[in-house]
Amino acid sequence: MKPFTTLKGIAVPLDRQNVDTDQIIPKQFLKRIERTGYEDALFFDWRFKQDGKTVDETFEFNAPRYRGAKILLARDNFGCGSSREHAPWALDNYGIRCIIAPSYADIFHNNCFNNGMLPVRLEAGAVDRLFVELRATEGYALEIDLPSQTVRTPSGEAIHFEIDPFLKERLLNGWDQIGLTLRHADKIAAYEAAHAG
Amino acid sequence: MPMNIYEKIWEAHRVHEEPGQDTVLYIDRHLVHEVTSPQAFEGLRLAGRKARRPELTFATMDHNIPTTGRDQPIRDPLSRQQVEVLKTNCAEFGIVCFDMHDRRNGIVHVIGPELGLTLPGFTIVCGDSHTSTHGAFGALAFGIGTSEVEHVLATQTLLQRKAKTMEVRVNGTLPVGITAKDIILAIIGKIGTAGGTGYVMEYTGEAIRSLSMEGRMTVCNMSIEAGARAGLISPDATTVAYLKDRPYLPKDTPREELERRWLGWASDAGCTYDATVVLDAGAVEPQVTWGTSPGMVTGITSSTPVLSAIADPNERHEAEKALEYMGLCEGVPMQEVTINKMFLGSCTNSRIEDLRAASRLVKGHKVHPSIALAIVVPGSHQVKEQAEAEGLDRIFKEAGFEWRDAGCSMCLAMNDDRLDPGDRCASTSNRNFEGRQGKGGRTHLVSPAMAVAAAITGRFTDIRNWQFN
Ligand code: SF4
Repeated sequence: MKPFTTLKGIAVPLDRQNVDTDQIIPKQFLKRIERTGYEDALFFDWRFKQDGKTVDETFEFNAPRYRGAKILLARDNFGCGSSREHAPWALDNYGIRCIIAPSYADIFHNNCFNNGMLPVRLEAGAVDRLFVELRATEGYALEIDLPSQTVRTPSGEAIHFEIDPFLKERLLNGWDQIGLTLRHADKIAAYEAAHAG
Repeated sequence: MPMNIYEKIWEAHRVHEEPGQDTVLYIDRHLVHEVTSPQAFEGLRLAGRKARRPELTFATMDHNIPTTGRDQPIRDPLSRQQVEVLKTNCAEFGIVCFDMHDRRNGIVHVIGPELGLTLPGFTIVCGDSHTSTHGAFGALAFGIGTSEVEHVLATQTLLQRKAKTMEVRVNGTLPVGITAKDIILAIIGKIGTAGGTGYVMEYTGEAIRSLSMEGRMTVCNMSIEAGARAGLISPDATTVAYLKDRPYLPKDTPREELERRWLGWASDAGCTYDATVVLDAGAVEPQVTWGTSPGMVTGITSSTPVLSAIADPNERHEAEKALEYMGLCEGVPMQEVTINKMFLGSCTNSRIEDLRAASRLVKGHKVHPSIALAIVVPGSHQVKEQAEAEGLDRIFKEAGFEWRDAGCSMCLAMNDDRLDPGDRCASTSNRNFEGRQGKGGRTHLVSPAMAVAAAITGRFTDIRNWQFN
């Protein structure tokens, strides 16, 4: 898995609460059997008009100033709904490796870490402020520093975020879970022996 | 110390623990379907790994499969490929797969319980958020991502952090016309779609105890819509009675011993929870959602919200967006909302009891002329066979409903069953998200009885006043 240490990039706003994984990637794109190639499917029903081709200019995410964004600014309960890992894959394939929101749905939050992506939790007031600054300044780029757990804004303000120390370790080292667990293969075998029959 | 059921299952499945790290938790049952598994099998192949305990994993195909013309090949080449790939992956890794023509096939959360693959005290996972359904049996069951599917295949364990527990106590007796679906929608309406985030819920109270296993599955199914990863109900005599003559029940242990063990998982008297929510079943009306999230729900005698009455600005903004998407005005009585399509199915409400309940209302009525499509999709082949043996299919067909083959169907519209832009559908499924049932489609979540009543009258109707024929 790719490690995550620091990231600097344009942030793009998605000003909705309870954004569900059906919105992040609609079901018609779940038929593929690969982990890549989902970038055009990201927020498909919002980014494109009914014909599925014409870009919907009224969707803020589409504005040219946010092109090449690496960070997504979102609202409460981001990633609720289905367990589809295609949601973080689509964000990742599009180039977004970090999300900032006040809260996340459980499975989506897990899925991000399993793909070396960082979901940053900031309190709602701070997220509100970032929305205002982001819209006011073209080229607004944020700097995410995982080792020191800070989000740095263009004005130099450093906002601290909390993260579980174990999850932080995993991201910094790019450890994959299967590798971690297989260190305990003997314990698994012992459990199975004790519970046979 | 008295323990609740979650604590008991957690304790019994810990394989390894280190301070500050996730617990390695043993998984008893792994269920797999065609949409969230191909990349997991591919991962195993790339790493040269095998499935550790292939006999504990069972696969079915449900999301992509057509509900008509099943004797023909699947028309959509991508859907067909996904189904084929599941078959070859299962053959390669030694996993039993219920092909779409197999009698045991059906929606993953319908067939697990039906086949006796779901048992009290089990840890059960599947790459599907509605795995919470199996919690109805007193199993710790939750949805996982594809990377975790691969992890379970490779290690038969998962890395987990212990959750907080929430007791959701439903007191009182269910009034006539109120179903398990109305109870869970009312709970979500009360605590919100993130109200259960970080918690595992246990449903308790007389109203829950009085539910059949089918009803309990409906309640646990939608725990995820309240943000909880899992929802459980302690096993009791109803649970034990359901687990008779199921093909995959353990055969080497005497029945009495099995029953003793199953009942032993129930929460102890005097156990505690991190949070408690209480609902009075007697006060619940038939529920209908008006918006684009399951928490946007109200009673059938109520109306869509009035925006100026919503204090929180973010919430008001969401409600406004939702009403706009749904093509509804503020303050409209739900009973004035007309529909043009109906879907009776999904892992929430496609079991035999759901079909029986709906057929009682349907008998002697006709689908309203304004309805363009009304489909009944049983949750599994076995549910379909049972319903046909009872003549339920004829009741539906005579009234003008289409009787389909089993599968997920229009719950998420990955196959050909879907809404067109602007369609308004009474649906017994679990998600009314924008575009879930088809781009531009508008979904109202209701119970099976409320769905067929809406199809017959052309609008949402209070089934408590229904004229049975
Ligand atoms: S019926 Fe719907 S919710 Fe249930 S497993 Fe199928 S797609 Fe998912």
